[in-house]
Amino acid sequence: MRIALFVTCVNDLIYPGTGRAVVRILERLGHQVDFPQAQTCCGQLHANTGYRQEALPLVRAFVATFEPYDVVVAPSGSCVAMVRDGYPRLAAGDATLSAAVAALAPRTLELSELLVDVLGTTDVGATFEHRVAYHPTCHGLRALRLGDRPRRLLAAVRGLDLVELAEAEQCCGFGGTFALKNPEVSAAMLADKCAAATSCGADYLAAADNSCLAHIGGGLARRPGAPRPIHYAEILAGPEEDR
Amino acid sequence: MTGTGRISATVPFPTAARRQLADPQLRANLRRATRTIRNRRSQVVDEVTDWEALRAAGAAIKDDVLSRLPELLEEFETRATAAGARVHWARDAAEACAVVTGLVRETGTDEVVKVKSMATQEIGLNEALAEAGITAVETDLAELIVQLAGDTPSHILVPAIHYNRRQIRDILTAGMPEIDASQLTDEPAALAEAARRHLRERFLSAKVAISGANFAVADTGSLVVVESEGNGRMCLTLPDTLISVVGVEKIVPTFADLEVFLQLLPRSATGERMNPYTSIWTGVHPGDGPRDVHIVLLDNGRSDTLADEVGRQALRCIRCSACLNVCPVYEQVGGHAYGSTYPGPIGAILSPQMTGPDNAANRTLPYASTLCGACYDVCPVQIDIPQVLVHLRQVGVDARRDRPSLERVALRAASGLMRDRRRYAMALRAARRGAAPLRLLAGSRGTARRLPWPLSAWTASRDAPLPARQTFREWWAVRASDESAQAAGDPVAGDATHEPGEPR
Repeated sequence: MRIALFVTCVNDLIYPGTGRAVVRILERLGHQVDFPQAQTCCGQLHANTGYRQEALPLVRAFVATFEPYDVVVAPSGSCVAMVRDGYPRLAAGDATLSAAVAALAPRTLELSELLVDVLGTTDVGATFEHRVAYHPTCHGLRALRLGDRPRRLLAAVRGLDLVELAEAEQCCGFGGTFALKNPEVSAAMLADKCAAATSCGADYLAAADNSCLAHIGGGLARRPGAPRPIHYAEILAGPEEDR
Repeated sequence: MTGTGRISATVPFPTAARRQLADPQLRANLRRATRTIRNRRSQVVDEVTDWEALRAAGAAIKDDVLSRLPELLEEFETRATAAGARVHWARDAAEACAVVTGLVRETGTDEVVKVKSMATQEIGLNEALAEAGITAVETDLAELIVQLAGDTPSHILVPAIHYNRRQIRDILTAGMPEIDASQLTDEPAALAEAARRHLRERFLSAKVAISGANFAVADTGSLVVVESEGNGRMCLTLPDTLISVVGVEKIVPTFADLEVFLQLLPRSATGERMNPYTSIWTGVHPGDGPRDVHIVLLDNGRSDTLADEVGRQALRCIRCSACLNVCPVYEQVGGHAYGSTYPGPIGAILSPQMTGPDNAANRTLPYASTLCGACYDVCPVQIDIPQVLVHLRQVGVDARRDRPSLERVALRAASGLMRDRRRYAMALRAARRGAAPLRLLAGSRGTARRLPWPLSAWTASRDAPLPARQTFREWWAVRASDESAQAAGDPVAGDATHEPGEPR
């Protein structure tokens, strides 16, 4: 099985530790991972802000880059949701591209889908001796229907104490350009999420999307005693990997 | 023909939202109320084992209606007319108001009672009647509260959701002079009783009632009103004349189709298994109920909405407001921020389509969402609101390609970089290097507290992350060259960018 890592642009530039974590997890499970150098960005920001024409070249580039692989894995619920839900809509009207998207989209998986559904494992051999709360990010939760896969993976980590986050399924208020177009509403939603995270007693707040975590973590950084944000892949890669 | 009336924001959503956010009492009231209703909804929905099949059926019936709307409307008109009703057609708010005002004038009365109705709110009927010297009395408790407060509804189903019971007590005592303020407590039962006494006289004396309808049945010519308080039943049966303003999308093909919607609506709306009152009437029945039955079929931008292949699913809406109750944006800002009779997620896709693309304030509504998808999950007729929001954003951007826009310049430049791997890699490297000085400003968590404009919009409320010291692709390249060196028998070169113990 040829597995390609789609690291995503946010992780490439800001959170490379998350990409390294995915490589480490998969190699530890005995799989080889390739990183196609031609990859850039999935185009989610463009498409969701309304710039369809600007997103379309990125769809083509993504398809050309990842077509040769059996599986594409990304440590991001929202980027995978873009490929699976957004690409078919963007490609509509171009029969060749639509066919290529229809073939590639189902093979593009969020990390927990690859681990649990394809590789059939929930115990990836990790140790992480901390209290962790999990925030199910919206696109992973509602677009991909990841369900309890990330939580099952976390529950199998040695030493990890999974604590409940109140109103966990409420959006954190990030929403891409929403945070800039409606900054006050975004901040109000963030305040609710940070209050829930701070009062749940966790050392770390884990999630499957670093873009949401950048937003939540940015709020938590201003609250004394708040948990630290962490991508759940970095927990699964433990014990050594640190952000 | 584009829609008119109270479906248009006057200020952009971000500005209106900012004003609403400044009211902590409003936010507390909203949070409490929306959480209560959505928890109740989820309990009664979870107990229906075929809920998903019901949703699919509701969506399919509505899609069928939308695909042959003219034919079904004519069938409805024929049946309703045969049963003794008079059917009127209105293209927009002004026409609808003129028809209703004329009908009320014909009766010679100057006071009408009203059943809570979104369509009459949409066309601004109460104001039009007032201009004609006709007093409209709202008889739904929450609608009455809003009317007495001189306010507008902020929720489709719970118009006074933005008030708590103490505020409601004050509104009732100020608006009903017959009440002894010293005797009225803020107990819900006491408030309801005070309103009941106030309204009873009006029910008994009113000659004309005005309603909307939840459904209009094509094969029988019947109208259906679903309600909780019984005030609707009074209005629909006591007065001599009944005028109903009905959006053209309210049609269902057959009486049997009600089976699906009367299961979907109460559970989604109030979180009840069944609503207390469902009134169905077909034309005129001598000696029973109103003698003159009028039905005003309202377009007001619905035909324009129907013309959009993606956006038309908004017309499936049965006004349950489940999407409002789960929306994290609505919960923070309330209904008034949306500037339209239709607030929340459904309003964000309905109002801009009804008023058309030239309405600048309504153009901000499709951006009033994080695309979290909670609305789609609860919608009883499976309206993919996030999909329509993105679609309307795209329509708006495409329609304004010839106008200057900083946002477009920036996004176009980013797209240009990202479609070329070399330029992209260079840009990442440049961003990493450019951010290096910012690291000096970073706090203990490696995030920046303050950044200059335009990034200050981000750091006003939260720290900003900074680019890593080494991008992922740089790490991968180093690792690959290390591996090939290892394969060639060379010792691995020391790599200062790797932490000790970090995996290879």
